[in-house]
Amino acid sequence: MRWDEYLKKERLPSFWCAGCGYGQVMRSLAMALEKTRAALENTVIVSGIGCWGHVDSWMKPNAFHGIHGRALAFATGIKLASPALNVIVVMGDGDGVTIGGNHFIHACRRNVGLTAVVCNNLNYGMTGGQYSGTTPEDSITSTSRYGHIEQSFDICRLAEAAGAHFIARSISENVVATADCIAEGMKRENFAVIEVMSPCTTHYGRNNNMRKPIEMYRRIKSLAVPVGTAAKLSSEQMEGKFVTGILLDRPGEDYFTRYQNNIKVKAQTAAKEEGT
Amino acid sequence: MNVIEINENRCKGCGLCVGFCPKDVLEMRLPRAPQVIREDLCIGCKQCELKCPDFAITVEVKSHA
Repeated sequence: MRWDEYLKKERLPSFWCAGCGYGQVMRSLAMALEKTRAALENTVIVSGIGCWGHVDSWMKPNAFHGIHGRALAFATGIKLASPALNVIVVMGDGDGVTIGGNHFIHACRRNVGLTAVVCNNLNYGMTGGQYSGTTPEDSITSTSRYGHIEQSFDICRLAEAAGAHFIARSISENVVATADCIAEGMKRENFAVIEVMSPCTTHYGRNNNMRKPIEMYRRIKSLAVPVGTAAKLSSEQMEGKFVTGILLDRPGEDYFTRYQNNIKVKAQTAAKEEGT
Repeated sequence: MNVIEINENRCKGCGLCVGFCPKDVLEMRLPRAPQVIREDLCIGCKQCELKCPDFAITVEVKSHA
């Protein structure tokens, strides 16, 4: 299937604001489905609430629209009930790591074979641009008019510390690179986190002196450093910037495999005990 | 010459295509969709097509004979 056959083109345009990067990420997601030759009937998109959580409205694969922050919990259930399915979890920064932060770290720890596409737009876009867990310090949002005073999460480092096995980061305008990251994540049996930096031009951009959508895209582009270049830079040069590319890819057994082994061992011991 | 088609029913007028175009082929004409003003300058990089969040642009690249 071609990538655009995964989209419900008759329902376009999407409800996202003019200039929102989520349309680009939707294209990347469809391209990743094409790359992995995902069949519609074997793919499930599980979403939570938020602007990015609406992506399943324009995509043809089966969708499960959950409650705010709990997309990973539902997805874990779906994956364990039918391990053959491709389960893609779409979450925003508010949905994934702020309200659903607890589910996020525990999904990383359990290593259930899901692909989590976390779109980070630095605030709660749908509800009017309130600050979220990933809003950078000193930025203006509708609930921090004098500058945000909290520290922000780095989603990739959070996932790494929580024990995720595949972590990648991309920016929304690099459509092909994002598609590659998502496709690589889908190929892994392990829990994969793909963070996509996507601009919220309506709220975050306008509140922070980026009047036009393109200005926020240029700003994000200027802060992104590819993983190869980042290795050569000092920590001072990397101040305020973020690394893009595949950041971590370590082998490991996923939850389902370990569960199967566990049952097998248990059955063997029980059989031995019966025999004696 | 490359053929650039803009689906005005999908376009929201964000201006990203104009911003990403390296050759100033497009121009924003609010409140309508961007207009192709210098089609002859188009190099067929498809940045506008790839980066349009609303799938509103298609570029058909013709070989430079």
